[in-house]
Amino acid sequence: MANTYTLIASSTVGSGGSAYIEFSSIPSTYTDLCVVFSARSNRSADTDPINLELNGSTINDSSRYLYGDGSSAASGSSTSQTEIARMPAANATASTFGNGLIYIPNYTSSNYKSSSGDSVTENNGTTAYAKLSAGLWSDTSAVTSVKITSQTGNNFVQYSTAYLYGIKNS
Amino acid sequence: MPTKLIINCETGEQTEVELTAEEIAQREADAAAYAAEQAEREAVEQVKAAAKASAEAKLAALGLTAEEISAL
Repeated sequence: MANTYTLIASSTVGSGGSAYIEFSSIPSTYTDLCVVFSARSNRSADTDPINLELNGSTINDSSRYLYGDGSSAASGSSTSQTEIARMPAANATASTFGNGLIYIPNYTSSNYKSSSGDSVTENNGTTAYAKLSAGLWSDTSAVTSVKITSQTGNNFVQYSTAYLYGIKNS
Repeated sequence: MPTKLIINCETGEQTEVELTAEEIAQREADAAAYAAEQAEREAVEQVKAAAKASAEAKLAALGLTAEEISAL
């Protein structure tokens, strides 16, 4: 069981928005990684899915997810990308940001890299989701960079934040 | 030109750089894949909804009440 969290780096999106938030040159001195984010997208919709890319790779990714909006639930999967979270978008109540947590255990191991994500988009509006995701990057490389991106090709808006933590199991 | 935010964990430096042509192409591919997946999902949901409505109509024709059908 992980028992120590250390802030490795943090970021805040500036006034122009940003397509990706990427943590690079991640040290290999931890056991697990955790990204905690507060985010909103400029997509013309209620919400926007977030993809996770490890080492900038867009191949050998897969994911499954479960989400609900308070009246119904649904699930989905992908064999081509890691859909790890969801954030409010342009049609959500103004000045609201969603939040979430992405966990990547054993990121330096020589096994395939699993990930999990939980996220929420509550905005006291018509549509909001709570989402739980499972991801896998079928690659044995140690993770040295973590990127989150709008799956629909839109941008994180200003004041979106992301924090990368390293966790040691001892 | 879209940009990305890169945080170097060794230095703590945060830089905003323009996307490469490859990254822009990947973004467009991701968006297209999402649109296709969404369309497929909606089509499946429409088929399910139509099948449900048809089944409910047949049950009603057999004499079941709306309450009995919803209890199934």
